[in-house]
Amino acid sequence: MKKLGLIVNPIAGMGGRVGLKGTDGPEMLRKAIELGAKPWAEDRAVEALKALLPIKNSLVIYTYPHKMGENAAKRAGFNPKIMGSIGEETTADDTVRAAGDMKDVGVDILLFVGGDGTARDVCRSIGTSLVTLGIPAGVKVYSSVFSTSPKTGGELALKFLRGEINDIIEAEVLDIDEDSFREGRLSVKLYGYLKIPYDSSYIPGGKVPSSHSESYDREAIAAELLDIIENDVIYLIGPGSTTKEVMKLLNLDFSPLGVDAILDGKLIGKDLNERQIIYLISGRKAKVVVTPIGGQGYVFGRGNQQISPDVLRRIGKENVIIVATRGKLESLRGRPLLIDTGDESLDIELSGYYKVITGYREYTVYKAVPASTLES
Amino acid sequence: MPLKGFWGERMGIVRVRKGFHEARWEEPIVFELSNEGERGILIPVDDKIKREVGDVLSSIPEHMRRKDPPRLPEISQMRVLKHYLRLSQETLGADLNIDIGQGTCTMKYSPKVNERFVSMVRELHPYQDEETVQGALEIMYKLDLFLREISGLDRFSFQPGGGSQAIFAMASIIRAYHKKRGEDRDEIITTIFSHPSDAAAPAVKGFKVITIYPDPETGIPDVEALKAAVSRRTAGMIVANPEDTGIFNPRIKEFCDIVHEAGGLCGYDQANANGIIGIVRARECGFDMGFFNLHKTFSSPHGCGGPAVGALGVRKELETFLPVPVVDYDPARKLYYLNYDLPDTIGKVREFYGVFPVVVRAYAWIMALGEEGLKEVAEIAVLNNNYVMHRILREIRGADISYPANKRRIEQVRYSLKKLKDETGVGAEDVIRRMADFGFHLWTSHHPWIIPEPLTIEPTESYSKEELDEYIEALKEVFREAYEEPETVINAPHRSVIHKIEDNSWFSDPKKWSITWRLFLKKHGGKL
Repeated sequence: MKKLGLIVNPIAGMGGRVGLKGTDGPEMLRKAIELGAKPWAEDRAVEALKALLPIKNSLVIYTYPHKMGENAAKRAGFNPKIMGSIGEETTADDTVRAAGDMKDVGVDILLFVGGDGTARDVCRSIGTSLVTLGIPAGVKVYSSVFSTSPKTGGELALKFLRGEINDIIEAEVLDIDEDSFREGRLSVKLYGYLKIPYDSSYIPGGKVPSSHSESYDREAIAAELLDIIENDVIYLIGPGSTTKEVMKLLNLDFSPLGVDAILDGKLIGKDLNERQIIYLISGRKAKVVVTPIGGQGYVFGRGNQQISPDVLRRIGKENVIIVATRGKLESLRGRPLLIDTGDESLDIELSGYYKVITGYREYTVYKAVPASTLES
Repeated sequence: MPLKGFWGERMGIVRVRKGFHEARWEEPIVFELSNEGERGILIPVDDKIKREVGDVLSSIPEHMRRKDPPRLPEISQMRVLKHYLRLSQETLGADLNIDIGQGTCTMKYSPKVNERFVSMVRELHPYQDEETVQGALEIMYKLDLFLREISGLDRFSFQPGGGSQAIFAMASIIRAYHKKRGEDRDEIITTIFSHPSDAAAPAVKGFKVITIYPDPETGIPDVEALKAAVSRRTAGMIVANPEDTGIFNPRIKEFCDIVHEAGGLCGYDQANANGIIGIVRARECGFDMGFFNLHKTFSSPHGCGGPAVGALGVRKELETFLPVPVVDYDPARKLYYLNYDLPDTIGKVREFYGVFPVVVRAYAWIMALGEEGLKEVAEIAVLNNNYVMHRILREIRGADISYPANKRRIEQVRYSLKKLKDETGVGAEDVIRRMADFGFHLWTSHHPWIIPEPLTIEPTESYSKEELDEYIEALKEVFREAYEEPETVINAPHRSVIHKIEDNSWFSDPKKWSITWRLFLKKHGGKL
């Protein structure tokens, strides 16, 4: 028997329908309900679960009571095992607790239905200890852990449970500050990673099944970086699982979400903030290695704000190294990479063509533009 | 005045073959048919023969003798014959279907009379004395002259056994050229919609590969990206034009000039030449070298990795780098001969001088068409393609073209079925499988998969209007089904040799896939 964990965030996505940007916190939820928001996460969960009916007899679904999964599983035609208990109104803590219980049961895959906030809660609870997959139901779905639709999510889970997916990758969980998001500013942090089954047809930016593996490409990029790294130059390694692969190859400790610095193969700074970076690179030659974070192609200004305008001016455009897997670039479908440092004149200076490292001895010349030009 | 046929006016009835059904049964793999001790031919060996011949094995050094016999299937001649004849009935071959759905493969008609010519030369042996194969050498010599005229290049070799090998040979020439000049250059530039081999073959040769993307609106390679790509490391550029989208880069001369200015050489992948022969030449585009796939444009069928020739041409300055041998003529002796004496040669990319039957077909095809005929081939191929595109876009809901801002296409179009997928859940892979139920082999577009739900159709010049119409009608039927009864398409094929393969991991998982029977036994112990 295979075990599938299911967590539905019942309030996910409610804000979006009524023009709010997210429902994090009780205040916003109340407002959303006042505006007539209806729960829809359960419908999304049912849609995803229906794809799993072909293996109904060899699958046990573990879930939380009522609207956190039980209802959805039953509506989809399953007879789930119910764990835990919940109150009248669910909170982030319920998600955290449920994910922890799923981990204890040792489910083969954990499906969670929600948005970036839900992904963040799951990540906080279990990190990369389980294979998970997000079913998109939130207002904000910037993280790379979600399937393209509930149906494709169910199909992907089915393939994984049947042993047909070989590529398990760490995907980014992005944390968007809802307060500033509601005010029209986008402040994005890379919150962490979840382990997901990867098949490019099911994950956003989807294409037909690809012959190259995402995890192999990341290793190949790291191998190329090792080949071109110069002595006596500080390399700032920005956040992102593609950039951090080089740290693994060098057997160095690193901060998965922060900026680390290496010099001559040694770690000289971990999880640096802007001030520490500036101190470190003063009077030295430095290069910075970054990768597009999230699905929109931002190389600066999303999840790597430590690499500030001041830092970038000191480093210079010619010392910016962009790395991205072929799959990542293909998923942009020709759209340019985006720069949003918070300093418009610097964004313009940094725009232009980059030789993006896409593999071992493989480069793609790709255009980067100020994010503001795209928005206008 | 046009001839009036026996049946009066043209019949011209377009009808989708709704009842089409492929032959279908589970034919065992030849290894599974094996019986211990069963033989195709039994050779009588008596003592007298043994005494006469002696111990033949003793002439093979001990260390070169195999310890165990080869693990070949043991099966009689007649059973082998039947096995392969049965397999041949389970195909959707080029002579059976309207084979325009294998975009980039140029699946056109190869005149059957050419097989007669090929049957005349099949017995030639590559080690035969030159004097005994003068006719064959003359054909190679003259085909070289024809291709010079068609390309504007100055000398051809037929040695590469296919397009990728010709690209490999071009990469080898680029490397040898810079080495001779004492320059250390290690980067090859290509475009994302050139054939993937334009990147892969130079990579095998040790080059770094720099890929450039097209302008997202027009699909034409971005000249500014090229300017950013060139440097003192640039060894050369290898690109296709038109690209696999069917879009021709009108600024190709400027591209070559930029690469030349940076000190690199330019190689032309002319695998997509069927829409431009007689119209555009490599020389005027600025290329230093290029190749034609004789097995695409020039009559030989393009068959599943079958015998092929990537005819490789170069400018005068690069002639001495060609693979050896090339065919020359000695007027004093009045003899054609194989010339191995090229001072800078890259050596051999393959044994001998090329797959000769393919050369013969190309020669016969060009002779049959003549100068005007070749140009007409390209014109009709382009006309057919644009006719099909026009009808698909006008009549089929759910089908779009890639880079719609640029409506000019040469010999093929990479369509996008994203709209169909979004609206019905039916994607390109489903349509491909369903078309088999109408008797058509529609092929997956090769990567990169930047264009969502891609479908590449290359009508060529061979098919009649009725056939193109039938194909479009079948596509329309499949798209109608997608909107009205999507499960029919999603679960297709229903009338083909095999059913839908649910589990792709047999192609993608190194732990599972087996490209030989021996490997299959090793990985799976003979059990699925």
